[in-house]
Amino acid sequence: MLNQKPAVRLENPAKTNDVSPPSPVQNREFDSKTVGCVTVDKPIMTTRNVDVYYGGKQAIINVSIDIAYNEVLSMIGPSGCGKSTFLRCLNRMNDTIESAHVTGKIELEGHDIYDKKTDVVTLRARVGMVFQKPNPFPKSVYENVAYGPRIHGLARNHTELDEIVQTSLLRAGLWDEVKDRLSQPGTGLSGGQQQRLCIARCIAVNPDVILMDEPCSALDPIATARIEELMDELRQNYSIVIVTHSMQQAARVSQRTAYFHLGDLIEVGETSNIFTNPQDKLTEDYLTGRFG
Amino acid sequence: MTMTTADKIQANLKKRYAAERRFRSYGLASVAIGLAALLLLFISIIGKGYTAFQQTYVKLEVQFDEAIIDPQGTRDPQILARADYGKLIKKTMRKRFPDVTNRRDRRNLYKLVSPGAVFSIQDMVRNDPGLIGTTQTIWVPADDDVDMLIKGYINRDEPESDRRLKDKEIAWIDALAASDSLEKRFNKTFFTAGDSREPELAGIWGAVVGSFYTLLVTLVLSFPIGVSAAVYLQEFAPRNRWTDLIEVNINNLAAVPSIVFGLLGLSVFLNFMALPRSAPLVGGLVLSLMTLPTVIIASRASLQSVPPSIREGALGMGASQMQMVAHHVLPLAMPGMLTGTIIGMARALGESAPLLMIGMVAFIVNVPEGPLDPSTVLPVQIYLWADTPERAFVERTSAATLVLLAFLVVMNGAAVWLRKRFEQRW
Repeated sequence: MLNQKPAVRLENPAKTNDVSPPSPVQNREFDSKTVGCVTVDKPIMTTRNVDVYYGGKQAIINVSIDIAYNEVLSMIGPSGCGKSTFLRCLNRMNDTIESAHVTGKIELEGHDIYDKKTDVVTLRARVGMVFQKPNPFPKSVYENVAYGPRIHGLARNHTELDEIVQTSLLRAGLWDEVKDRLSQPGTGLSGGQQQRLCIARCIAVNPDVILMDEPCSALDPIATARIEELMDELRQNYSIVIVTHSMQQAARVSQRTAYFHLGDLIEVGETSNIFTNPQDKLTEDYLTGRFG
Repeated sequence: MTMTTADKIQANLKKRYAAERRFRSYGLASVAIGLAALLLLFISIIGKGYTAFQQTYVKLEVQFDEAIIDPQGTRDPQILARADYGKLIKKTMRKRFPDVTNRRDRRNLYKLVSPGAVFSIQDMVRNDPGLIGTTQTIWVPADDDVDMLIKGYINRDEPESDRRLKDKEIAWIDALAASDSLEKRFNKTFFTAGDSREPELAGIWGAVVGSFYTLLVTLVLSFPIGVSAAVYLQEFAPRNRWTDLIEVNINNLAAVPSIVFGLLGLSVFLNFMALPRSAPLVGGLVLSLMTLPTVIIASRASLQSVPPSIREGALGMGASQMQMVAHHVLPLAMPGMLTGTIIGMARALGESAPLLMIGMVAFIVNVPEGPLDPSTVLPVQIYLWADTPERAFVERTSAATLVLLAFLVVMNGAAVWLRKRFEQRW
């Protein structure tokens, strides 16, 4: 997996380039060693100095990054670098792991999501999640999509619910394939269809942010292409954070890319910049395939 | 010549395959032994028990003598109820065998007919008083000794002094048989009556109903409590020393000998709470205590097997913990829970030891009408009959065991069916 595991990260690499955004670590009002611009002008979510511990082991070390409106932010890095862990902090899915402990500040439109007053149910309705393995409920296609609106009381009657289901399936690009078999089990669809069903299920509650944890790793290239296409369309209405192992996918779908390494957020930047002109040695080594 | 790797493998190959064949034959032998034991059990029980499903009946020409039943001719139901119907039967038997004059011989002669015959005649008259004054041909159960002789369980070659039936009695029975007055019929009594001292009048219905009420109480208590406990422990409880302690204790309780639960029931439910003795309610309470650990363990295993991806999917949609459990986890875990419960209930159905402790071992003739009526259960009934000296109870013991086994097979079959029917694949 990893060929080199530097015990201490190299301090600001000597390499500087005037094409890149201003000096890697600029004067920020928070402590962060990440190279590149972690903040954006109008963020929908901000995270500041996030640490995550599993029992005594620290999995995420001082990560600060913003997520902008209508962007796809991809998070890449070698296996075990903490990108999924960090993603799961954004809708508090880490709460389900008893040993996990999160510190730092994560805000959604200015509200601290780890605040005692924040309701986790509301948060997860606003920050939806699509998982690595397609996990439709063992219920009908219709019930899968209708589940979210139903538990959150988003539809006043059947007509409205039907509408939400249809719109969500349309947006997920699945309507034409399943419109004649809405009552059949969602688990009977193909892998790619199942994953799009999970996306439809997610957007049925109209979230602000969609988190995707390697959504295409279990899919074939054609299904992957469909989902990538879909992400580009969904960006018009939602912010998307995607964890991926495929650098090509990150390059194709995202506007900004964050590189994680052993729990550190090494570098953040415009996707095109990161891939053509990485500032940090680790990022460069990973992107050029020297490890990972 | 040096050996290549392939040669070395070749040299070992024979030994490896031989070991494999040996291993397989051990398994096959074990299965064969198990099946043989099962077969032996079934052959023995069925061989001993099947004759109990038939009972010998004797034909009587009964003259419904008005002078004996209702001398005043009032047809008052109270007088009809109090009349001495035994006299009618005795008179019939005297008429059938006119040459029996000795008092003691006559008493033995009357004994060939079951004491239950009196009640059938009484019932006939109550239902139709018009019978009085007429002569009817009726079939009544023969005594169990007659039944045993007809079924060939009494050895005629034994010396008379060792035999239950003396030579004279055998002669009368042969005379009855020769005149087609004896007939083996389907033993309806066995399936409709409660217990009795007379084998030909004893049935398992009382025990079946008792078992039903007992299991009903057990199910009503252990299923909801067991499932709730399992759901709480598995889905909601924090993992700490207390829950670990509870878990260890539940596992230990599942291994506690059942008689201990009986003792607990005796001291708590009977002595302390003063609940009725011999009642299915108390039996059900005791069996619930015994079944609960099984239900909890099975339910937890079933909850655990629900894939985490389904839970994450639900939580990721913003479902609350309770919605996740109620909408997704429980429906998927339910077949496993039901299976575990049915297996636990089957175990409870076959349990006798704890019920002996709370008095369900009493001799109870009446079929219980509710969970508070004194009653017994099938395995205890088997135990009671196995303990009686009459030869006719031997076959009834086996027959009752067959009925119990049939119930167990049906329950386990239901468990398998439920698992197959509602099993979800994902």
